[in-house]
Amino acid sequence: MADTRNAGRPLSPHLQVYKKSLTMTLSIVHRITGVALSAGTLLLVWWLTAAATSDQYFDFVQAVFGSWIGKLVLFGFTWALIHHTLGGIRHLVWDVGRGFELKDVEMGARLTLAGSIILTVIVWAISLGVS
Amino acid sequence: MLKKTPLGQVLGLGSAKAGTEHWWHQRVTAIAGIPLVIFLVGYLLVHRGASRAEIVASMHNPIVAILMVLTVFNLVWHMRLGLQVVIEDYVHTDHTKYALLLINTFFAVVMVVAALYAILKMSIGL
Repeated sequence: MADTRNAGRPLSPHLQVYKKSLTMTLSIVHRITGVALSAGTLLLVWWLTAAATSDQYFDFVQAVFGSWIGKLVLFGFTWALIHHTLGGIRHLVWDVGRGFELKDVEMGARLTLAGSIILTVIVWAISLGVS
Repeated sequence: MLKKTPLGQVLGLGSAKAGTEHWWHQRVTAIAGIPLVIFLVGYLLVHRGASRAEIVASMHNPIVAILMVLTVFNLVWHMRLGLQVVIEDYVHTDHTKYALLLINTFFAVVMVVAALYAILKMSIGL
């Protein structure tokens, strides 16, 4: 649509002209994890309905989640859930008008990323180690 | 003829005619989501490798059942609002956009009702 008129006109800077930054990446990741977690919701509801259905069906669903690929997928969803939650807290801080200084924004990005990885590893260490 | 003054027509409402409701609900469900996500991860960790009987027994505790209902309801509400924004941001063809927005709403309703049914069945049925 835009090219049919004056293609030579000055355009706003677009996504690809910006130098990649951590904050930009985290913004994109926040949205991607949010969309991905919709599939995670589907898995949670699948698991709940299986538990309400029958022993055989529940065992089948547990076997799917317990397989190596099932565990890998659940590991990914664990990280996505924790990352989206920490990223959400970061957004809530901005919503009350705090943390807009560049160094704070950068620090928040690092804390979100590091925190999500550390917490995911802790959750899975508990899950695999102590069982 | 409109009976409202021009100011009255726009007060509190943006171009979507819903004012700040969408934004506000996103924040309310985000805040509620923090303790509920902690509950969900904790519940799943505690019940890792549990049998179906143990899961059903856990739902006999009304606090667990109610928290699980709240968790799914809150997550799905937040999910619907978020996916709606993503669809509105990237899909600019009207019929595709409205089809996806409808599917988004239907998906959310099915998720909530299915989870509610499952939790209630385990909690007070069986």
